[in-house]
Formats: sequence, structure tokens, C-alpha cells
Amino acid sequence: MAETPKPVPDISPETRPYWDGLAAGRLLLQRCTGCGTIRHYPRPLCPACHGFGHEWVEAEGTATVHSWTVAHHPFHPAWRGAPPFTLVTADLPEGVRILAPLRDAAPEALRIGAPLRIGIEDNGQGLRLPVLHPT
Amino acid sequence: MSPSGKAAVTGVGDTDYTRDAGGRSVLALQLEASLGAICDAGLHPREIDGIVMPIASGATVAEDFVTNLGIPDLRFSVATPLGGAGPVAAVQCAAAAVAAGLCTHALLPLGRTGRTGSRIGARIQQMPQFRTVGEFEAPMGAIAPAQYYAPMARRHMELFGTTSRQLAEIAVTTRRHAILNGNASMTKPLTIEEHQASRMIADPLRLFDCSLESDGACAVVISAADRARDMRQPRVLITGMAEGHPDSPSAITQRPDLTRLGLAKAAPRAFAMAGVTPADIDVAEIYDCFTWIVLCQLEDLGFCGKGEGGAFVEGGALGLDGRLPVNTHGGLLSQAHMAGMNHVVELVRQLRGEAGRAQVGDAEVGLVTGYGDLGDGTIAIMARG
Repeated sequence: MAETPKPVPDISPETRPYWDGLAAGRLLLQRCTGCGTIRHYPRPLCPACHGFGHEWVEAEGTATVHSWTVAHHPFHPAWRGAPPFTLVTADLPEGVRILAPLRDAAPEALRIGAPLRIGIEDNGQGLRLPVLHPT
Repeated sequence: MSPSGKAAVTGVGDTDYTRDAGGRSVLALQLEASLGAICDAGLHPREIDGIVMPIASGATVAEDFVTNLGIPDLRFSVATPLGGAGPVAAVQCAAAAVAAGLCTHALLPLGRTGRTGSRIGARIQQMPQFRTVGEFEAPMGAIAPAQYYAPMARRHMELFGTTSRQLAEIAVTTRRHAILNGNASMTKPLTIEEHQASRMIADPLRLFDCSLESDGACAVVISAADRARDMRQPRVLITGMAEGHPDSPSAITQRPDLTRLGLAKAAPRAFAMAGVTPADIDVAEIYDCFTWIVLCQLEDLGFCGKGEGGAFVEGGALGLDGRLPVNTHGGLLSQAHMAGMNHVVELVRQLRGEAGRAQVGDAEVGLVTGYGDLGDGTIAIMARG
């Protein structure tokens, strides 16, 4: 039986470098070349200074727990058999957040502010995504 | 010019709420509810000259109502696609339109086959409002609204000590009200223990923290307040209205404060327009896609401080004789998921004194909220008048 496809991102010209970065094993963030503000998720315009100009910088690779949820229901056929799985909302030192699956830890160990390390994994269908590990 | 008090809800209508409308179309359900609301207002369908579509689902459009109701001169037509905040946004839009004289009697129809047709839980990824989370979060396995809202509740619990039992209080009281209402999908009493034993969906949200998927329809008519004076029903004036959007409206993940909704910006504006405070509210119909969203809105409305919602809802405080009767019809949790238009209908019935066994004594001033699209908030304050 063919594997059920997971959702694939609907990539725009402005978000393409983010996905290309993940494919190359790097979590890239947009930094405004006008005022230096880092923004995430990727978008065309800097909401602080309204400049279009930006560069892509690699995230340092650390994070802390902001919140989380544990899915006990698959919600999508491609995740049948996957629950329970934990999705963590994590603060990056760059001032933005990511949402990513928790690896190598039970959700009971999570606390607001707990330190994490960002990794990148293939989702089994050729898409590379960030994941979070305890440190 | 403030629109406060210049518009009134003059008609309300609803179909039976079920989990299977027996193959009837969304349009047929909406037409039945619309005829009910128009008749309740004492109007003839051809007197409708405005239509505000609360949900731009694509299932029905204003033209369908012109065609089926034989409306000869539709003068105002607009949609308010704010998800679950849409119905109260439609109330605001219609009130502003009749206050400005753009139309006189606006119809606001809402109906869905959320259970037997396109199931709500499976549909959101196709909505443009969810494009951001669709690109960046759905590939992670964050698919359903419960998964997007659960981290808000978890953070509230961690910061303030809020508990699942406190969320259960909301579900239990709401169920009690649904049973009193009679036109409700859920008909069996619910206990806190049953809530606590229900299966986890997206921790910390359990099955009984989640709303229903329903078939049915409801509708309201909003008229110019001076015209409403001579109409069939006692006037229910719209005295305050506002809309608010949270910071980072398209991605909860990036929101500076996960525990504050758009309603926190809207509520002070609506109270100021109406010239009342939370202490003046006799009954509140609060959008309840999840129990947690009710608790968060009680704080954002100012009924208690941020972090105090858990203690506020304890001990049956939201019951008919509690400190603030909430969702007296059973809400989305236990009556039906009509995207909150059923909350508007219920508030009007309460203020007319027509709420039957769930009537709040001497209800003179009340409010209704909407919540949708990851945090948008709407509020209308109404008063018997």
C-alpha cells in the first residue's frame, strides 16, 4: 500500500529560500537589511520599517520551550499510528519562534524555559523539517 | 457618528439542530431559518433590502436569497469572512449599514452541514486565512484547530495554574443549559468526572473540551432602530460593537502573548460605545469552539484579570443563577456548531424574555462574542429597549 502523502508546503517566491535552506540542512531566518529586524515566518515586507530588502541568516540552533501540545489523535491519515506525538512552540534567541516536533524526550519533562537544540530531519517523504531535542 | 442604539435585532429564527439534516442542502436550511427570522420580525421577505453573509463558505451567496425569497431591491450586500468571528462581525456590519441608512432590514443567514457535509475539522487547510500555518505548521502534523489552540491553554496552565477540571466546569454548565434549551444536539447530562475521563484529543484539550460538528441553520434580521419601534417584537438594541485582531493574526506560534485574543482589543471599545461595564452584563453568549477559548475570553472581556479565569468559572459561576450566566443555549459545545450565530439568536431571546427554561431573570443587558481564524475577536452588546 502506498504511503499516505503528508501535507506539502505551498511555497511562494518569498519563502523559497527558507525551504531551500532546510533542504540543505540549515534553518534560515529573514533579516531586514534596512533595520536589522529578524522576522519569521518568512514574508515579503519588514513590519518594523516596511523595507522589502532582506538577507537570510542561519539560526544559531538553540531554543527554549514556550509551550507545547501532545496530539493523541492523528488528525490526518498520514499520521495514523503516530500519536501520541508532541509539538513544541519554542523561543529562539533570535527573537522569533518555531513550531516543531519534540524528539528524544517525554512531554512530562517539558517546562517553560527548558533548553532545546534544533535539529533537521527528513519527514520520510523527502521534505526536511526542523525538530527539537532536549539538551 | 456612533452607531450605538441606531440598529436593533428585530427577528431571529433557527432550524432543528441535528447531526444529520437528512440530505437537505445548506441553502434549504438557511432559507428555512431565514423565513423564520423574517416572520418573527413581522416582515414580508420582499422587505429585506440588505444581506450580510457571515461566513463566505462558498456554499451560498446573497443572490441565492434574492432568487428564493423574491427580494425585489437588494441595496446592500457584503460578507464578513472572519471564521467564527464572522457572525458577530456581520451584526456589526449590518448595524452600521442600517444606522447609515444604506438599507433598512438586513438578513444574516448562517447554516451548514458541518457533520454530514464538508466536515469542519477537515476543511480549514483550504481556507486562505490558514495559508501561513498551512505552509509552515501543517507539514509538522499541526492539522486541526485543537492543535493550534492547545499550546495557548497549556501556557495558561503553566503560568497561572489553570486546570483541566476548571475547563470541565465550562463544559458541564454548558451541557446543562443545552438540555434546558431543548433544541440541542447533546441531550445527556455531563459530569466533571465524565469530562475528566473523556479521551485526550490535543493535550490539554479533551473530547468534551471540543465543540460539535452540526447540521442546521439560524438567521437574524437587523433593522433600523426607529423602524423597529413599530415592529412585532420588543426592541433589542445593538448598543456596542467592535472587532479586534490579535498580534500575529495568522500564526499563533509567533504571537507575543499566547493568552491574549483579538477580543482583548475589541472589548474596551464595545463597552465604551455602549456606556456599560462588565458589571452591567446580565447574560453573556461567548464563542465556545473549545472550553479554553471561553475561559480566555472571560479574561479578555474584563470579567476577571488575566490568569484568573480558572478560579472565575469554578463552582457553577457560569450557570443561570451564577455570577455570570454564560451560553444559556448550550453553545457550540452542546447545542450546535452554528459558528456562533446561534449565540446571537440566544442573546436576543434572553433579552426578550423568550428563553424558556433557560431564561435568566431580568436580563436587560447582554453581550455576544465571536472568535475565529486563530484569534480574531468580535463583540456586540445589546440591551432591551
